[in-house]
Amino acid sequence: MDTIEQNVAEPPSEEMLLVGAARTGDIAAFESLVRRYDRNVFRIAQHITQNREDAEDVVQDAFLKAYQNLGQFQGQSKFYTWLVRIAVNEALMRLRRRRPERMISLDEDVKTEEDSMPREVADWSPNPEQQYSQAELKEILGKTIQGLPPSFRTVFVLRDVEGLSTEETASALELSVPAVKSRLLRARLQLRERLNKYFKRRDGDSRS
Amino acid sequence: MKCSDFLKELSDYLDNNMDATTKAELEEHLQWCHNCYVVCNTTKSTIEIYRGSELYELPDELRGRLQKAIVSKCECHKRETQSPETPDPKPEK
Repeated sequence: MDTIEQNVAEPPSEEMLLVGAARTGDIAAFESLVRRYDRNVFRIAQHITQNREDAEDVVQDAFLKAYQNLGQFQGQSKFYTWLVRIAVNEALMRLRRRRPERMISLDEDVKTEEDSMPREVADWSPNPEQQYSQAELKEILGKTIQGLPPSFRTVFVLRDVEGLSTEETASALELSVPAVKSRLLRARLQLRERLNKYFKRRDGDSRS
Repeated sequence: MKCSDFLKELSDYLDNNMDATTKAELEEHLQWCHNCYVVCNTTKSTIEIYRGSELYELPDELRGRLQKAIVSKCECHKRETQSPETPDPKPEK
């Protein structure tokens, strides 16, 4: 068999083979990529838009856009990071359409009404997860994260829920690494503060 | 070390993304500062609880529907960009 001479010693990953095949029009290959990442894209879209219908549209539009623009994907970043960038842009566009009155930008250093300095410091119950039913807990977590500014929410979701590295998050959001770090810290602290009211240890908690 | 200095480093500390000296200084602070200890622990729990929350899972039925819609849109795009005389798609410039 012929070998392809490349400076890069590593063989292309299975994913890059799928991307390559999809680029030549192989829709089955692209469908494999969709199956690999559709759950993640949906989660990110739902977190940003906070709306189920918008999230469904974002999933469809983001994958279609990715398919249409595969020729522009250079392989310098991971396919997933590139896809996330497309999905985040689509989601923000929908959010802006829905809330035109509010400025929604990721690169602005948002001032929030609440400071990130901890105001209330209390130990939490040993198992907040056992304190509430699954449904109650989801409601609390959903409500809490909804209150964060979109730029904090997006960084938190990519870093802490989806597990992207700081560098990948910066690349997906076209932000600098220090900007990602600053938003992540503030997002984490604000979420902690807000969850405090549900999870802090109450007088009745005897376990210590 | 002041509490505000500790807080600035909290994210990197939780991500274990720092040199050994800074880490030791932060841990020394944690030994005597109860407030920072609690903030550190509860912030860690915040991350863990969201990470494990499955807050917005994609239900199978919806997932199937979305996948079908995506594939059919891609097929449509492929047909539109492919000239009828040349069945082999060539990437356009």
